[in-house]
Amino acid sequence: MTRTLWQEKAARLLLQGAALTSLLIVLLIVVFLGKESLPFLSKPGWMELFRTRWNPVSFEREMFGILPLLSGSLVVTLLATVIAVPFGVCAAVYLAEVATVAERELFKPFIELLAGLPSVVIGFFGLVVLVPLVKQVFHLQTGLTALTGALLLALMAIPTIISISEDAIRSVPLSYKEASLALGASRLQTIWKVTVPAALSGITAGVMLGIGRVIGETMAVMMVTGNAAVITFSPLQSVRTMTATIAAEMGEVPFGSAHYRALFCVGVVLLIFTFGLNIIAQRVLKKYRIGA
Amino acid sequence: MSQRSGEARAFWVLRLVTYTIVLVIGYIVFDIVYHGAGTLSWEFLTGMPRKSGSEGGILPVIVGTLCLVLGTVIVALPLGMAGAIYLSEYAKQNRLTRTIRLAIVTLAGIPSIVFGLFGLGLFVIFLKFGASILAGSLTLACMVLPIIIVASEEALRAVPQSFREGSLALGATQWQTIRKNVLPYAVPGMLTGSILAVGRAAGETAPILLTVAAFYLPKLPKSIFDQVMALPYHLYILATQLPDVNKVRPMQYGTALVLLILVLGLNLAAIIVRSRYRKKYRW
Repeated sequence: MTRTLWQEKAARLLLQGAALTSLLIVLLIVVFLGKESLPFLSKPGWMELFRTRWNPVSFEREMFGILPLLSGSLVVTLLATVIAVPFGVCAAVYLAEVATVAERELFKPFIELLAGLPSVVIGFFGLVVLVPLVKQVFHLQTGLTALTGALLLALMAIPTIISISEDAIRSVPLSYKEASLALGASRLQTIWKVTVPAALSGITAGVMLGIGRVIGETMAVMMVTGNAAVITFSPLQSVRTMTATIAAEMGEVPFGSAHYRALFCVGVVLLIFTFGLNIIAQRVLKKYRIGA
Repeated sequence: MSQRSGEARAFWVLRLVTYTIVLVIGYIVFDIVYHGAGTLSWEFLTGMPRKSGSEGGILPVIVGTLCLVLGTVIVALPLGMAGAIYLSEYAKQNRLTRTIRLAIVTLAGIPSIVFGLFGLGLFVIFLKFGASILAGSLTLACMVLPIIIVASEEALRAVPQSFREGSLALGATQWQTIRKNVLPYAVPGMLTGSILAVGRAAGETAPILLTVAAFYLPKLPKSIFDQVMALPYHLYILATQLPDVNKVRPMQYGTALVLLILVLGLNLAAIIVRSRYRKKYRW
């Protein structure tokens, strides 16, 4: 009996320890990102981060302004969102409300397949197929533009948006739709005026989680946006995102240098952005669960 | 009548959008299979790379990725499953549980490149593992942990409450109940989620970029402290870093196809496990 009791306690303790690991990892991430980035704030100083040029390797004067990187990430993310949201939401509405059973059974796993494609494979496809296409269509000198990156990112955000939005639309109580139809509304009117508004918080959460994925995406963006660190809001310009900067430059910086610390600062900014988006998305999701 | 045709038109637009998405996915997969199939050969799969990877095979690259995936599974699978058992079977609704859940959600949303920075700071530099299989696997394990936990917990929750009550009523302790009457029914579902997580680990580039991946290292690893080449990073190198990228196109497509087969194969395995298990257990 005592042996059983002892086993009971040991099992519980071990399992609890395992569950606490996630918390530990999050804390360690904060600690180590902080540890490697904070020295930058005293030397060369946090004001350096707000300069308008990122030129970390220079004989005259190194510049660590993250504004161009921030604008790069913003342009690509905004464009990707503008493309992905209508596509994702329309497809979610179609799959949830209009599609035949066969279509749904076939397309849902197929679209989830897209979520499983490695980003480097999508980036490679973009490089070989999409970059020449963008160059040709817009008569540019190079197809490595913010728009090219945004198109690939939209493709990567779409499965997330569809998956969560479709769930939200399908969980709208049937009685809502029946009431609307009984009042003489058409199917389209019911979808547009009743179902989608009722599922709006779920759709919003899906969109935000999709955007979270877009901001953090590294490889595909690095391969097709050209990586020019300039402040621009034109979709047909080459841009450099925060993620691509870290990935491209971290391999070559000396440990402990200002450049090394600056890259960790960029990591912290990324972490804050994605954490914020995540928290808001969770809040919205929770609201919709209670509402449904 | 015009309202009817308007509705039909609107549905057509929705249908068109959905089919466009499906076609684009199909085209990506087709493009890589079509162009990559010609490169796939016994020589390509089992040969050593030559001239920075522009010729020869990709054996060490495949072995490297398999090592990383295996290391990730060894670390993340027991941790994730155990954590899920605690959350689903033991945890009470209190502040600690809510904090753990918040941590899991947060972890799931952190960009992969930030995991790379974290792995570099903690495993490579602070713990002095260097750029190694060990550091890379641990970094990937941290990244896929939330996926395993969430999927495993879902599988545990799908086991009917009566299974637990029956066992407890017969005098079994809680751990005995979990071991004998809950886990056997939940493990297939837990594995499904874990396979998906492994697929994600196999395809990720950003975390291994800073913690393990070698640019060009045409030999097989001997210990967990060795650097290795890996499929996703190798594809990136071949596609962007070699002097004449167009000449090595067949190598690029071949590598992309091997990676695609590995990742999609894992996803397919997960789907098959899930459907089999759904047929076996119905309650």
